[in-house]
Amino acid sequence: MIKETIALTKREVKKWVKNPFLLFMMLIQPVIWLGLFGKAFNLSGLVSVPPEVLQQYPGLDVALNQMISNTFGGTTDYFTYMAAGMLSVIVLFTAMFSGMSVVWDRRFGFLNKLLVAPIPRESIVLSKVGSSVIRGMFQVLLVFSIAFAFGLKPGNAFGILDLFGVLAALFLLSLGLSSMFLAITMRIKSHETVIAVANLLNLPLMFASNALFPIKQMPEWLQTIANFNPISYAGNAVRAFILHSNAGFDAAKVALDFQFLIVFALIFSLVGILIARTGLRKG
Amino acid sequence: MSVIEANNLTKRFGNLVAVDHVSFSVKEGEIFGFLGPNGAGKTTTINMLTTLLNPTEGSAKVGGFDVEKQDGKVRGIVGLVPQDITVDDDLTGMENMMLQAKLYHVPTEVARERIKEALSLVALTDAANRRVETYSGGMRKRLELAEGLIHYPKVLFLDEPTLGLDVQTRVVMWDYIRNLRDKHKITMFLTTHYMEEADVLCDRIAIIDHGKIVALDTPQNLKDSLGGDIIELEFNRKKDDQTETLKLLPQVKDVKKIGDTYRIKVSKGEKTLPSIMENLLKMNLRMNKVSLVKPTLDQVYLEYTGRSLRETQGETGEVWRRMITLRRIRG
Repeated sequence: MIKETIALTKREVKKWVKNPFLLFMMLIQPVIWLGLFGKAFNLSGLVSVPPEVLQQYPGLDVALNQMISNTFGGTTDYFTYMAAGMLSVIVLFTAMFSGMSVVWDRRFGFLNKLLVAPIPRESIVLSKVGSSVIRGMFQVLLVFSIAFAFGLKPGNAFGILDLFGVLAALFLLSLGLSSMFLAITMRIKSHETVIAVANLLNLPLMFASNALFPIKQMPEWLQTIANFNPISYAGNAVRAFILHSNAGFDAAKVALDFQFLIVFALIFSLVGILIARTGLRKG
Repeated sequence: MSVIEANNLTKRFGNLVAVDHVSFSVKEGEIFGFLGPNGAGKTTTINMLTTLLNPTEGSAKVGGFDVEKQDGKVRGIVGLVPQDITVDDDLTGMENMMLQAKLYHVPTEVARERIKEALSLVALTDAANRRVETYSGGMRKRLELAEGLIHYPKVLFLDEPTLGLDVQTRVVMWDYIRNLRDKHKITMFLTTHYMEEADVLCDRIAIIDHGKIVALDTPQNLKDSLGGDIIELEFNRKKDDQTETLKLLPQVKDVKKIGDTYRIKVSKGEKTLPSIMENLLKMNLRMNKVSLVKPTLDQVYLEYTGRSLRETQGETGEVWRRMITLRRIRG
């Protein structure tokens, strides 16, 4: 099973590498979000205290900044806050495409070719998930570098280990989300339906999470959703690693985030494999 | 020994009976053709024999393995050259072949040899390292065929192998297919709606319509079943009606006079024609025109499937794929 999975994953990755245009297109959206939305929203500017007020209440600006920093998980720079969240969103976008590729393979008849071959059905799904994770991780690194160039300010204790932590959290998120989208689209035959489903899930998953705004500021019902959203957990962990400062690192909280992500990834890869056994057939 | 055995094989899609209690067997090394109009149930039969679909009723064995209960074993010994072009546009011919080899567990070293052989068989050696995107329709079909051969299948299923190809390419494909059977003793099951193709390639043909086999025999016997060949002749003296004279000749089965032309039904026209002419000359009946009309499989086909054009119904996905396939073939 492993050999077939590797061979099929190679195919997917080759297809992707040979289409640099597609790669470029997929990067445009997150970069636009970062550039336009992330840069336009200046948190500290929002609460800048006029000098005469500051004279009356010395230390008010520091207090306000502290408040913002508490709300935004340890940074007053919205761009940094959002860039960290955006990494999870990129993983979400890439995972959506893994669902598309099954529909393409079905439509072009490539899937039939795989189904006639003496290979385990699971290897077909695993290769799709695998290549989606590889794509996701690559884009995460790319966008992370771009965010750095745009002025992302990591915590003063940020190091290589934190980078690995970021990748590990996003890896789990990518595994779970790719499996989830594949499980949903496995039996769908038209692109239109897949795009509709993806759009339906895409925006709610992005907004009902801490990717763009802190959960605490949301209305309660939205908080409930956001608290079940894996993107929030990945967002938390990624942010904790990126903002790793000398002041401290809440290891216990990050451990909880990881627990959730591991369970999420496991459940959905199993669901994906189970659905592959029954759902991956002709017609 | 029969390599494929179908017993009352049936597939229903809701109310539609796509394949209706079909039974047949294919011998080792035989090229067996399924001939029928679009929507007759040819592809559905192939899908069941290659384990893509489970039969609703009945059973089939390929290479001695049950297609439903031993599907894994069946997949190991069959090759499928599908109707759709499924080679990957983004990969090179070589990469496509290598992927196929991996899927069929052919060790890399062995695969290299076989790919070389298969690609030269389908004349794609020079194009092996080009992306399939740049291939013509005929080249893609040939690559598809080569892919079907990588694991030396015992049985090769060819679903409309020449659909949408031009005449020259079609003839070349036929040569490849015959070559394969002769060199590698591969049993082949092919579907087609081209009469000529079935006639030239197949050892035996089943004519399938509305999911049922309506005739099954060698092309020659099927043609003979129409009642033989027609000799058309005209006499020098047109005044006298010679119908009765002709009917009295030993080999003649039936005579019809249409205008000045006599249509004489005989069997084995090439052999009967000379003796009929001799007899007529002995009777001093001189002819100014003689021709022999051989029945074609076209006539057989029309005889069994009816003359009227039928609307075929298909799933949207299928129609879409066919459209895309044709578009890709035309490059």
